[in-house]
Amino acid sequence: MSITRRKFLGWIGAAGAGTLVGKRAGAAANRHFTGHPDSMGVLYDNTLCIGCRRCEAGCNAVNNLPAPNRPFDDLAVMDTPRRTTAYEYMVMNRYDSDSAPAGPFFRRIGCNHCLEPACASSCFVSAYTKAETGAVTYDPSVCVGCRYCMIACPFEIPAYEYDKALDPSISKCHMCHHRIVEGLLPGCVEACPVEALTFGKREALIRIARKRIQTRPDRYVDHIYGEHEMGGSNWLYLSAVPFREMGMREDLGVVSAPQLTHGALSAVPIVVGLWPVLLTGVYAMSRRKDKIAETEKADAVKEALDRASAEAETRLADALAKAESEKQKAIEKAVKSALEEAAEKAGTDSAETTSEEES
Amino acid sequence: MSQEHVVARTIFTPFNVVTGIILAIGGILTIMRFTMGLGAVTNLSHYNPWGIWIGFDLLVGVALAAGGYVTSAAVYIFGMKKYHSAVRPAILTGFLGYALVVVALHYDLGKPWRLPYPFIVSQGTTSILFEVGACVALYLTVLFLEFSSAPLEWLGFRRTRNLVVKLTIVLTIFGVVLSTLHQSSLGALFLIAPSKLHPLWYSPYLPFYFFVSSVVAGLSMVIFENTLTHRYLNHKMDEEHKTGADPLALGFGKAAALVLAGYFSIKVIGIANGNHWNLLNTPYGYWFLVELLGFVALPAFLYAVGVRDKNINLIRYTAAWTVLGIVINRLNVSLIAFNWHLPSSERYFPSFIEIGVTLFIVTLGVVIFRFIVTRMPILYQHPEYEGH
Repeated sequence: MSITRRKFLGWIGAAGAGTLVGKRAGAAANRHFTGHPDSMGVLYDNTLCIGCRRCEAGCNAVNNLPAPNRPFDDLAVMDTPRRTTAYEYMVMNRYDSDSAPAGPFFRRIGCNHCLEPACASSCFVSAYTKAETGAVTYDPSVCVGCRYCMIACPFEIPAYEYDKALDPSISKCHMCHHRIVEGLLPGCVEACPVEALTFGKREALIRIARKRIQTRPDRYVDHIYGEHEMGGSNWLYLSAVPFREMGMREDLGVVSAPQLTHGALSAVPIVVGLWPVLLTGVYAMSRRKDKIAETEKADAVKEALDRASAEAETRLADALAKAESEKQKAIEKAVKSALEEAAEKAGTDSAETTSEEES
Repeated sequence: MSQEHVVARTIFTPFNVVTGIILAIGGILTIMRFTMGLGAVTNLSHYNPWGIWIGFDLLVGVALAAGGYVTSAAVYIFGMKKYHSAVRPAILTGFLGYALVVVALHYDLGKPWRLPYPFIVSQGTTSILFEVGACVALYLTVLFLEFSSAPLEWLGFRRTRNLVVKLTIVLTIFGVVLSTLHQSSLGALFLIAPSKLHPLWYSPYLPFYFFVSSVVAGLSMVIFENTLTHRYLNHKMDEEHKTGADPLALGFGKAAALVLAGYFSIKVIGIANGNHWNLLNTPYGYWFLVELLGFVALPAFLYAVGVRDKNINLIRYTAAWTVLGIVINRLNVSLIAFNWHLPSSERYFPSFIEIGVTLFIVTLGVVIFRFIVTRMPILYQHPEYEGH
């Protein structure tokens, strides 16, 4: 055996450091979810978009949505900003820019199909599914209509059929999941005449977007919106102007929605496990306290009673003794006085006798 | 004597007339809600999916019904037997509060008949709302069982009643567990929306805030409600309830002062944790300070002074003030500071019908409370069960 003390300690140290470094790095890496492999997505490039609203028309047609009040070729609709509604899964908004680069610029508003969707995480009947295609789909047959998904969605996408009294559902873009599985393009992508919308694998779309920014850095803001926002989404956006100027929030952070609530949810078993034990303990303590108080009270009462009766006895005995002695004294006194009286009387008699004798 | 008899029999007392009108209007509004849909009767929108039916009826309703678990825990678990007379009224308010929360929820939900779906059809266990739903459903059952001893005495079912009474400790512990979970998870509901709730109100501590403030709400509600029943239902009370009111106000007021002080501290720690000090000097910051100083720090101080000086009246006014503070806090989180980033044109304000339905449900609660209290042994001990 040629293991020296120095060698041995060295091994131990190396093993310890190895577990420390290796495991930690591994654990952190595994926590990062990057979406279903090969999931699909759409890249919207607003430098290519001409704002023709044909995507809206395409969406309306493939989803059998009711015809709008104003036709899709009426571009004046975009004079006022809009949002998704119960009967519009997606809308295009126009933003006029005063500064360079010259506008107008367009923005697509619709479901971004998050990698870890807030709506799906928040739904208490699991009406939402993150499909392997990348689409976030919604099943109206289980929906209760609580609208918590609308509270949860950071992009304010889900809309609700407020006009229906008895069977309202949520409406939102489902990335034409039913068409994707058949090998067809989403309605909006198919309708786009200028390829402002590109459908493909998310990984590939990110590469395309990077390449576009690299080739024309003057043309694009150096950011792919949707790559990391709220954990990332399957819809990705490229823009000529900062996203916030078109009302797209840049303060959402990169933490996915489920991570925001997972701490609170993991506290549930702790409360369920600990509270009953602690409360039963508190109950047992208060019971014990009561019991001790009761016995102490009983003991104290008993002691007081004992003491009182003992005292009473001694006092009685004292009184008796005193009475006895007084009685004795009285007798003695009476005897004494009687004797004295007798002696006195005897004295007088003898004196009388003497005087009689004298006379 | 005959005069009194006539007065007692007429149903057109001021109370009955006012509540009758509110209930009748409520009936009409109910029909409107279920025939015309939420869009026609509410000011809800795609941006503002939750209005006062959630912000007030659910969030405030559940918080103010916390008196049930707070009182029963104090008396049965912590052994504060001198407050025993407060348990039944508190349990009754809790039970009615939760029952009405569930009733109110039916107005707000799109398809209320699917309310059991989360449990029997499709479980969305990743949702905080699932936790809320499960705990509220279970706790409503617990409250029903806790409350049931009163109607069972009233109806004379002695054996069932004794069985229920034997379960007291188990039910109380179960009630505290469930209340801890759902009171806190009502706050946790908003954890998922950091981008919508103002940073002064949004905090990872939201569940703690909601739980701790529910204890405050429970304590204050019991004092407040005790004041009301003393004023209006004094003739229904036995000696224990009449004489127990002042010690109750002192004891619960002391507890409320302490818990409010703790609540104040964790709220301040929350600002420090988020480093939001700069936001205090903004309009929302001023409103936040009104809530924090006016409705948390001030009542904590007033409760403490009231207890020190044995000033029962001060404690009672403070209780009402604190209850108002809880209402403001829940409305802040769910409505006022929620969606603060939206332009004012997209902000929510309740419609008259929404306010009407809320008023209807609160009135319904008061009427049912009065019905039960004037008939069942709530404010007095049933003569056949005294000392049990």
